[in-house]
Amino acid sequence: MAELNLVEAINRALAWEMAHDEAVVLLGEDIGVNGGVFRATVGLQERFGEDRVIDTPLAETAIAGTAIGMAAMGLKPVAEIQFSGFIYPTLDHLVNHAARLRNRTRGRLACPLVLRSPCGGGIHAPEHHSESPEAMFTNVPGLRVVVPSSPGRAYGLLLAAMRDPDPVVFLEPTRLYRLFRQEVADDGEALPLDVCFTLRAGSDVTLVSWGAMLHETLAAADQLAAEGVMAEVIDVATLKPLDLTTILESVARTGRCVIVHEAARTGGFGAEIAAGLAEHGLYTLLAPVRRVTGYDIVMPLARLEMQYLPSVERIVAAVRQTLEAS
Amino acid sequence: MATVARFEVEFTRYLEPDGTAHEPLPEFARDPDRLIPLYRAMQLTRAFDTKAIALQRTGKLGTFASALGQEAIGVGVASAMRIEDVFLPSYRDHAAQFVRGVTLAESLLYWGGDERGSAFAGPRDDFPICVPIATQVCHAAGAAYAFKLRAEARVAVCVLGDGATSKGDFYEAMNFAALWQAPLVMVVNNNQWAISVPRTRQSAARTLAQKAIAAGIEGRQVDGNDIVAVHDAAARAIEKARDGGGPTLIEALTYRLGDHTTADDATRYRDAAAVEEQWAFEPIARLRNHLLARDAWSREREEQLLHEIGAEIDAAVEHYLATPLPTTEAMFEHLHARLPAALAAQRAEALAFAPAQGGDHG
Repeated sequence: MAELNLVEAINRALAWEMAHDEAVVLLGEDIGVNGGVFRATVGLQERFGEDRVIDTPLAETAIAGTAIGMAAMGLKPVAEIQFSGFIYPTLDHLVNHAARLRNRTRGRLACPLVLRSPCGGGIHAPEHHSESPEAMFTNVPGLRVVVPSSPGRAYGLLLAAMRDPDPVVFLEPTRLYRLFRQEVADDGEALPLDVCFTLRAGSDVTLVSWGAMLHETLAAADQLAAEGVMAEVIDVATLKPLDLTTILESVARTGRCVIVHEAARTGGFGAEIAAGLAEHGLYTLLAPVRRVTGYDIVMPLARLEMQYLPSVERIVAAVRQTLEAS
Repeated sequence: MATVARFEVEFTRYLEPDGTAHEPLPEFARDPDRLIPLYRAMQLTRAFDTKAIALQRTGKLGTFASALGQEAIGVGVASAMRIEDVFLPSYRDHAAQFVRGVTLAESLLYWGGDERGSAFAGPRDDFPICVPIATQVCHAAGAAYAFKLRAEARVAVCVLGDGATSKGDFYEAMNFAALWQAPLVMVVNNNQWAISVPRTRQSAARTLAQKAIAAGIEGRQVDGNDIVAVHDAAARAIEKARDGGGPTLIEALTYRLGDHTTADDATRYRDAAAVEEQWAFEPIARLRNHLLARDAWSREREEQLLHEIGAEIDAAVEHYLATPLPTTEAMFEHLHARLPAALAAQRAEALAFAPAQGGDHG
């Protein structure tokens, strides 16, 4: 097994699937010769050729739109949007076409594409390079939305996304690309989509998060453990469709829940999880559900971004509030 | 100073509005027996439009977009395609869809609000009608790329309106396809109106065909009411694409003789007299006059044809009106290949509140 960081794991998953399924093609800006601005596709054009690793013109709408045409005609395109701040022009095609082509044709045509994009802040990137748009996509029927939080899950979930017969939006936290390494078996084994992963067992509170925020959430759990508070930590991983069952079962045991995400609070995906707990788990709760999120403000530029991102301190403080509630 | 590039846009017309032909006609048009099926397909579309509007007015069909006056474009283009090619229509392209093998009943189902109308039993890879303007050009470029990558001798053909040439999707897709030398043919149905906005307010360019020049591909203009010119230009572009010659943009000049859709009232923004004048150029009388002048058509054959078409449409309407409502489950079961567990509860909720099946149509 190799020690891989998250971006290397993405690269290995892409390479594995391209080697084993000739229908897989990659397209995007600077992904070929340059290997992607984050190097997620490094070496792939050399290995699989310009026809399967396509350096496109600079046009996000057509990257998404042509991927739909390819997917409907039997290819499995993996489109890269260079930064999540540039993902918005793809929404028309994702919402109006990719997400509903199967339904519109009663299953005659399908759209097995993956739209990959870096997401999130914390790397002192320029303006428009630190967005967390996942909740927008979760509101679109027909899309799967996946956010990995470790090299191993990035590898397995990306393989699953490429093998899924329907469109998947795959958001990769830039802050995790090179933050840490772990052993990843490059064996082509996919992880299941549509399930949450329990990363740490605990009995006092359930912490629910995804993407880069798992890093702070796990650190908060460590700190709480030192104080004798045992936190269960759940990585949502696939936001849509949501595996609420795993979260409900955990909260049924702990009675407390804190949801942590980087995106702005209002209409954020934490609201959906909190609503699910209110609908299906209210009587198991010992304290109000709390959210620790980005604020309802524009993502600040680099100098203040760490004050925007939920910190270990904010998470710990929210947990203490739930513990003090009853 | 030096001129570094110079371009021309050619315009083609074979049949004058009165049906007089410019010789020599393209090979296919020299045989009247090859023109008569095109004539029939145009008449079928026009009769279908009349019936569909009547159905809409009597509450038996949803909003409908007629192709009145533009029949030569759809028929001319689709008749130049092979069955294995792929057609990507806008919402005014049922003329082409019928030639491709989409049934009249399927079209009525679609406009009647039933997804099964896009499940085409015939052309299995053709795309459903595209409503968001110009987005289908991107899909067509991607489809064409797939054909080229797999070395399949297939061509993607899409139709878009004059308004669609203002959208970024069109420029972006044309640029991609040109770089890829993908087997794509884009046909602009320039019917002079994007709902209420006339062609003159859509673009300052002298032609829409010249937009191809910026992408480095061939752009040409044809009289879109002359089916010989449309079919010939489409056939040349399609075979060029099939032979690896890359994309072509064809601007077909026509006129929208009807409202934008049944939800529109064109008298609010255009002069009825100006529309009336355009009837002198419409494609069906033009081809009929041409065939009559060649002794290839007669009043008797015309009556026979209209009778046949009427019966075909009546049968389709009957089939459409007798089609039971889709099941409640159908709303859920086609969204994903497999129903996600998270949706199962919502399906159960819909089923619990669903009215008894077999309700009244429309």
